Amino acid sequence: MSLVVHPWLPNSPKKIKEDMLKTIGVKEVSELFSDIPEKVRFKGEWDKLEIGFGRPLSELEIQRIIDDILSKNKVFKKPPVFLGAGVWPHYVPEVVKYIMSRAEFCTTYTPYQAEISQGLLQALFEYQSMIADLLEMEVVNASMYDWASAVAEAFLMALRVNKGKNRILIPSTMNPMHLEVVKTYTMPRGVVIEKVKYDSVTGLIDLEDLKEKVAKGNVAAVYIENPSFLGFIEENARDVGEIAHDGKALFIMGVDPISLGILKPPGALGADIAVGEGQPLGLGLNYGGPYLGIFAVKWDMKLIRQMPGRLIGLTTTVDGKDRAFTMILQTREQHIRREKATSNICTNEALCALGAAVYLALMGKHGLKKLGELILYRTNYAIKKMNTITGVKAPIFKSLHFKEFTVNFDKTNMPYTKIHKELLKKGIHGGLYLREFFPEFGETALYCVTELHTKDDIDLLIKSLKEIVEGWSR
Amino acid sequence: MVFKQAKWDEPLIYELGCEGRIGFLVPEVEEDIRREVGEIQIPDKIRRENPPELPELSEVEVVRHFIRLSQMTYGVDNGPIPLGSCTMKYNPKISESIASDPRITLLHPLQDEDTVQGLLEIMYLLQKWLANIVGMDVCTLHPAAGAHSELAGVLIIRKYHELKGQLNRKKEIIVPDSAHGTNPASAAMAGFRVVTVRSAPDGNIDIEAVKAVVSDRTAGLMLTNPNTLGLFEENIVELAEIIHEVDGLLYYDGANLNGIMGYTRPGDMGFDIAHINIHKTFGSPHGGGGPGAGPLCVKERIVDPERNIKLSDLLPGPIVKYDNVRKKYYLKKPGKYSIGWLKSFFANTIPLIKAFIYIACLGPQGLKEVTEQAVINTNYFIKKLKDTKGYSLPYDPERYRKHEVVFSAKPMTQDVGVTAEDVCKGLLDAGFYAPTMYFPLIVQEALMIEFTDTETKENIDKYAERMKEIAKIAYENPEEAKKWPRNTVVTRVDLVKANHPKTVTPSWRVLKLRKEGKIK
Repeated sequence: MSLVVHPWLPNSPKKIKEDMLKTIGVKEVSELFSDIPEKVRFKGEWDKLEIGFGRPLSELEIQRIIDDILSKNKVFKKPPVFLGAGVWPHYVPEVVKYIMSRAEFCTTYTPYQAEISQGLLQALFEYQSMIADLLEMEVVNASMYDWASAVAEAFLMALRVNKGKNRILIPSTMNPMHLEVVKTYTMPRGVVIEKVKYDSVTGLIDLEDLKEKVAKGNVAAVYIENPSFLGFIEENARDVGEIAHDGKALFIMGVDPISLGILKPPGALGADIAVGEGQPLGLGLNYGGPYLGIFAVKWDMKLIRQMPGRLIGLTTTVDGKDRAFTMILQTREQHIRREKATSNICTNEALCALGAAVYLALMGKHGLKKLGELILYRTNYAIKKMNTITGVKAPIFKSLHFKEFTVNFDKTNMPYTKIHKELLKKGIHGGLYLREFFPEFGETALYCVTELHTKDDIDLLIKSLKEIVEGWSR
Repeated sequence: MVFKQAKWDEPLIYELGCEGRIGFLVPEVEEDIRREVGEIQIPDKIRRENPPELPELSEVEVVRHFIRLSQMTYGVDNGPIPLGSCTMKYNPKISESIASDPRITLLHPLQDEDTVQGLLEIMYLLQKWLANIVGMDVCTLHPAAGAHSELAGVLIIRKYHELKGQLNRKKEIIVPDSAHGTNPASAAMAGFRVVTVRSAPDGNIDIEAVKAVVSDRTAGLMLTNPNTLGLFEENIVELAEIIHEVDGLLYYDGANLNGIMGYTRPGDMGFDIAHINIHKTFGSPHGGGGPGAGPLCVKERIVDPERNIKLSDLLPGPIVKYDNVRKKYYLKKPGKYSIGWLKSFFANTIPLIKAFIYIACLGPQGLKEVTEQAVINTNYFIKKLKDTKGYSLPYDPERYRKHEVVFSAKPMTQDVGVTAEDVCKGLLDAGFYAPTMYFPLIVQEALMIEFTDTETKENIDKYAERMKEIAKIAYENPEEAKKWPRNTVVTRVDLVKANHPKTVTPSWRVLKLRKEGKIK
C-alpha cells in the first residue's frame, strides 16, 4: 500500500483506506486491479518516471517554482501588445472575473439535472439571448471552442443543409488561421473552398467575381468577415448576402462582437448563420485559450435542427407554476444521436459564455456603441500617425478600418523582422508580420489598437517606429 | 439531512434595470484624437441604426443578479457530483490562483517566443509528464476538449491510411456499443462508417463480434478502458492484435484514465493514439460545461519508412520543443504530414496550467493514489448498495469496477414504475447531484456513478443510504417518487413544452417575436 496522505484525497489516511478495503472484502488495494492482464501492466518504476517533480509538492513549494518560471515571461502592459489577428487585448472588467470565479458556476458541469442547475441554465439562456440581440439572430448555442472551430462547423452545417452542393466561397482576405482549421474540419468531405477576389483599391470583396462564381452553381455557402481579418469594414455585406441567396446558398457572416455597437449586425444584413469570437467580451488573452466560439442561426427550423452544440431553452415546470430552464433539442447531439449527430462537441466553453453574458450586461444598451467609437477613433488616429513616418504606409487598402489595420514598410527598406526586434528592445510588441500568410503584401504587418491603447501608447509606438525606421534609412 | 436549495425569485436580466443606467464606464475618446482625425462617418449601409436590445443595469445589479444565479447552481464545491464518466473531482484552489496570474492571462498567443519562455517551459514539461502517464511518445496540447481531440485522432487514422495509399478501402471504424457518444460522432465527422460491436455478458467488448466485423476495411478501433461500465477490458491484448493484424490503429478515449494511473497505460495496452481529458483526470474545473483541454498523444510508430514519416508527424497544432543550441523553447508548427490546426492558436492554456499544478502537487505517487482512491470509492459504494431491492448491477456483478459503476433501476421500474430519473430526482432532494442517467445505452434505467478520488467515505455512505431509502419509498409509495424533487429551485421541468416547435424558446428574442406574432 502506498503511503501518500494528501489534502485532496480525503480517504487517503491508512485507517480509512483499510476500513474501506475491509468492507469491500479485499486485503490489498491491488486486488481491485487483478483483472488487468499481466501483459499490459505497467512494470517499470512508476515513482521514477518524470511526472511532476518526483514527489508531491506543497502549495508553497509549487508557488515558488511557478513564480520563478513565470518571471521568464514578458508581459506588455504599458503599452499593451499592438497585436490582434483573431484575439485582441481588451479590458476585462473586474465584475466579469469575479462572477466567473464563483465556485458554484466554476465547479459544476453541463446542467444535466435541470432542477438543481437553474442558475447556470438561466445564465446561459441569458448569454444566448444577449448574443441573439447583439447579432439580431434568433438562436445562439451555448458556445463552440473559438471562432475558427465555429466557422468550420458552420461550413459543415451548410453542407448538410444544402445536401449535394460542395462549393464554399470565402474572401481571399479571410483569417488564414481560421482557414487552416476549416481545411482540417472539411478535409474528409470533398469540399471545394474557393477564394473570391478582392478589390485591389478597397480590399472589399469583388462583387462581380462573387456573382460569377455563384453563377457556376453548386455553392453551399458564401462566407464573409466583418470587419475583415485585415481590419477593413466590409461595407457591401448585404449585397454579398443577396448574391448568395440568389444562388440558393447560405450566407454566413463572421463577426467581432465588440464592433456590433457601431456596425450593422449580421441578422440585419441577411445572414443565415453568424459566427464570431467572443474573446473580446471580457475573456482575456490567455495565450491561446480558452476563448468563445459564437454560433447563431436565424429562426428557421430547418437550420436550427442542423445546429451543432448545446442549446438552453425557456419552459415551465410540469405543473405550469414556475418559469424554468433546461437543455433543449438534444436529439441533435452526440450523446443521443451518436454517429448521426450534428457535431461531436460535448465539453464546450460554457464558463466563457457566462463571462460574456456578464460583460454584455455591464455594457448594456449603449456601452458597446461608446466602446466601438473609442476603438474606431483610436484606430484611425494610429493610422493617420503611421503615415507621418517616412516610408511607412497605412493601411494598404482604402477603406474604413476598425481595431486593426495593415502597415506597409516596403519603402523603409528595412525588413519587418528587424523592425519587430528593435521595437521589442524598446519594450513594445508590434503587430503580426503578414508575409507568411499574404506574401503579396510585401513587408506588411497587422497592427491592433483597442480601448487599452491610450493616445500616449499610440504616440509612443509612433515615436519608436520613427526612430527605428528613420534611423535605419539614414 | 435537510436540504433546501437557495431560491430567489430572480427575473431574467431583461426584466431588471432601468433606462439610463450603466454597468461600466467606457472612457471618452481623447479630445486630441477627435481633433486630429475629425468626424468619422461609417457608411450608412453598414452602420448600426438601433442599439442592441440589451438591458440597462448598474454594476451592483449585475453582481447581485449573477450571484443569485450562482446560488441556484450546484457545483463540486457544494457537494458530491458523481456524474459517471465526467470525473467531477475537487478542483484545487491553488490551481485557480496560479492560473489567474497576469503573467499568463495577459499573454497574446502570437507573442514573440522570446517573451513567453516561462509559459513554454511549463507546457514543455506538461507534454512530457502526460506522455509518461499514458505511456506514449509524443503529445500535443492543442485540442480544446476530449471530443476535439477525438476528431483529431480519427483524422490521424485517416491520414495514416491515406499516406499508406489504402484509404480507398479503409473506411470503417469499430466502436463498442458501450462507447461514449463522442466516439461514433467523431468517427463520422472524419468520414468513416461506424461499425458498432456489442458488449458480452461479462461487460467486455464481445471479441467474437469484433472478429466477425474486422476486415480489410477496418481503419481502426476506438475504445475507452476501463469502459463505461467501469470494467477493465480484459481482452485488450487480443483486441490490439486483431486490429493491428489488418493494419488498423487503436484509439484510446481517455475519459476514464482516472481508473488506471500507475497500474497500466494506454501505451502498455497497445494503443497507438490516446487523448487525455485535462478537466476530468487532472482536476481543472468543468465550468458548467467547459472549458477543458484535450491533449493528444501518439506512439512513435513508423507510417512510411521511405519518406521517414512517423505517427507524431501527423499530430495537429503546434508542439513545444526545446532548442539545445539556442537554449530556447519554441513552437514547432504542424508540418506537411500533419492533419493541421483544430483551433486558431496554441491550446486551452488555462486548464493546462491547472493540470500542471495538479500533477506537480501529487507527483507520480500521488497520481497512483488518486487512482486507488477512485477505485476503492467505487467498489466500496457497490458493496454498500448491492443487493438492495429495486436496483440491479448488470454485467457480471462479481467483477470489481474501476473508476465508476453502472447500476440499473430496472427492477424498480418493472415492479412499481419508479424510473432511474425518479431516483435521480430523489437524490437531488437530499442535497446530492444525481448520477449520469440513461447512459450507457446498453443498460436500461442506467444510473452511472463515479465518486472520483475526492469524495469522503461519509458522503459515499450517505449517498448509498439515500438510494436505499429511495428504493424503500418507491416500493411503499411510488406516487411519492414522482413528486421529487421538492427541495430544488424548481420542481420537475416540462421537457415537452421546452422542445415542441410551437413553444421552443431558445432566447428572449424568440419569446418577444412570438408574442408579437412575428414568428410561429
